[in-house]
Amino acid sequence: MNTLELQKTANEVRKGIVIAVHAAKSGHPGGSLSAAEIFTYLYFEEMNIDPENPKNPDRDRFVLSKGHAAPGLYSVMAERGYFPKEELATLRHLGSRLQGHPCMQYLPGIDMSSGSLGQGISAACGIALAGKIDHRDYRVYTLLGDGECEEGQVWEASMFAGAKKLDNLCVIVDNNNLQIDGKITDVNNPYPLDKKFEAFNFHVINVNDGNNFDELRAAFEEARSTKGMPTAIIAKTLKGKGVSFMEDQAGWHGKAPNDEQFETAMQDLERIGEELCRR
Amino acid sequence: MPQVKKIATRESYGNALKELGAEYPQIVVLDADLAGSTKTAVFQKAFPDRHFDCGIAEADMMGIAAGLATCGKIPFASSFAMFATGRAYEIVRNSIAYPHLNVKIGATHAGISVGEDGASHQCLEDIALMRGLPGMVVMCPSDDVEARKCVRAAVLHDGPVYMRFGRAAVPVINDPDMDFKIGKGTLLREGKDVTIVATGLCVNSAMEAAGILEQQGISAEVIDICTIKPLDEELLLASAAKTKHVVTAEEGWITGGLGSAVAELLSEKLPTRLCRIGVGDRFGESGTMEELIHLFGLDGEGVAAKTAAFVRA
Repeated sequence: MNTLELQKTANEVRKGIVIAVHAAKSGHPGGSLSAAEIFTYLYFEEMNIDPENPKNPDRDRFVLSKGHAAPGLYSVMAERGYFPKEELATLRHLGSRLQGHPCMQYLPGIDMSSGSLGQGISAACGIALAGKIDHRDYRVYTLLGDGECEEGQVWEASMFAGAKKLDNLCVIVDNNNLQIDGKITDVNNPYPLDKKFEAFNFHVINVNDGNNFDELRAAFEEARSTKGMPTAIIAKTLKGKGVSFMEDQAGWHGKAPNDEQFETAMQDLERIGEELCRR
Repeated sequence: MPQVKKIATRESYGNALKELGAEYPQIVVLDADLAGSTKTAVFQKAFPDRHFDCGIAEADMMGIAAGLATCGKIPFASSFAMFATGRAYEIVRNSIAYPHLNVKIGATHAGISVGEDGASHQCLEDIALMRGLPGMVVMCPSDDVEARKCVRAAVLHDGPVYMRFGRAAVPVINDPDMDFKIGKGTLLREGKDVTIVATGLCVNSAMEAAGILEQQGISAEVIDICTIKPLDEELLLASAAKTKHVVTAEEGWITGGLGSAVAELLSEKLPTRLCRIGVGDRFGESGTMEELIHLFGLDGEGVAAKTAAFVRA
């Protein structure tokens, strides 16, 4: 896909996020919207995957360590053809395959259950290790929140990944600078993230605009060509991006829009979509 | 009198892993800087490419095990019971039990018999913690024979399994040809006045107690419960119906442990007089294994005394 097509796709992913969270009347739009380009790039460009064959042992894997961004993951999976987009409106409903946080037993294509912060990166290390043991060429991607990096387990896992030279592992930090209680610098500052990952023997790539596909493309290509050590991509993003009233607002971390807000949000995204179509 | 062979169940664990490792290439073993103590070093020596030391990071080790299991490996994550269940509890819950991944947790140094290390390392609540996880099989073998069969059964079982092993050498009491199945207990001695249901090293104590009680005119039935979850309800109910008195014995916290499991079963399906022997609402302390087992009334003498008082009351 070219950049414009990716942008259009990311905008559709954003619409799916808003539709799902609105229908659920709860959920986490902010950190799903901030990562829409990351999700889109991974599922449409980067990863070797096939929605028709989600158990292929040679597929690339994705672990959503920041599991609360489930609406983002579900939306990109629906867009990619893992399941019908209509199902997004069942998010968090009784009997839905779209659990509040991703569960691999409910939905084919989810490579690992997640939701409790700090745990996904460890599982990603295990998956990467299995690839090394079996001499398979697949790559493993895991998306973390910046607030999540306050969890000690993130650094246990990073130490392991660095020590075992898991160069098939790519950690992405969705660095939107906000967590539930406010700015991450005010809550319990995890910065500097790049120096921390470097200290744990990662190759680190700083992405100044993680909502920009050209920058993401360059970062993922560099990660792929990095051998002998895992890669951490620290991607600066805008929380709530695309929905005017949600942008850079900690309050929209875990709150659903009401009907009126939903209309406004969808109008924002329609407008963005129309602009992209005029290009 | 012939010398009774003694072996610690953690040694049985290491030996079983080595044996099974040759048969099942999917088996990988993880440790958290305790391979020498958990005895998985035996496996490590035989299969160095399939043993991974995660360092002193039990939470991460459990997550790594989960990831390996998603790729078809059969990971055995090993540490002391305290860290495997206490430190890493929430990872075991959310990354292993919730997605029902095929991870086997080999927890050694469980219970009061850890001895000199004291309360910080004597995990008494591991069974309570693991029993509360949906789909988790919980096993606590009584000797070398049962421990090795338990590890093999864990490999053949598809789903998460918690195995509790001891530090100290314990007598081999089971028949090497015993029939072992997950969820099935073993009737070791028949009796008519009381049923002593025991797990782990307390099974030997229960057998000794039965001998002492016989001399006092009390006929004790002894049931070895290796699988605490799922519990062998059929065997326990049949025995309780016969003897009308049930005693449980375990070297751990009676709350949530074997004692609780048996109490839950009996009170719902066959209300029976019950006496639970184990550690009450307190932490352990330093001492030799023998001193501690005696202090908490978990040796043959202690179990016999409590059982006799209970039956006669």
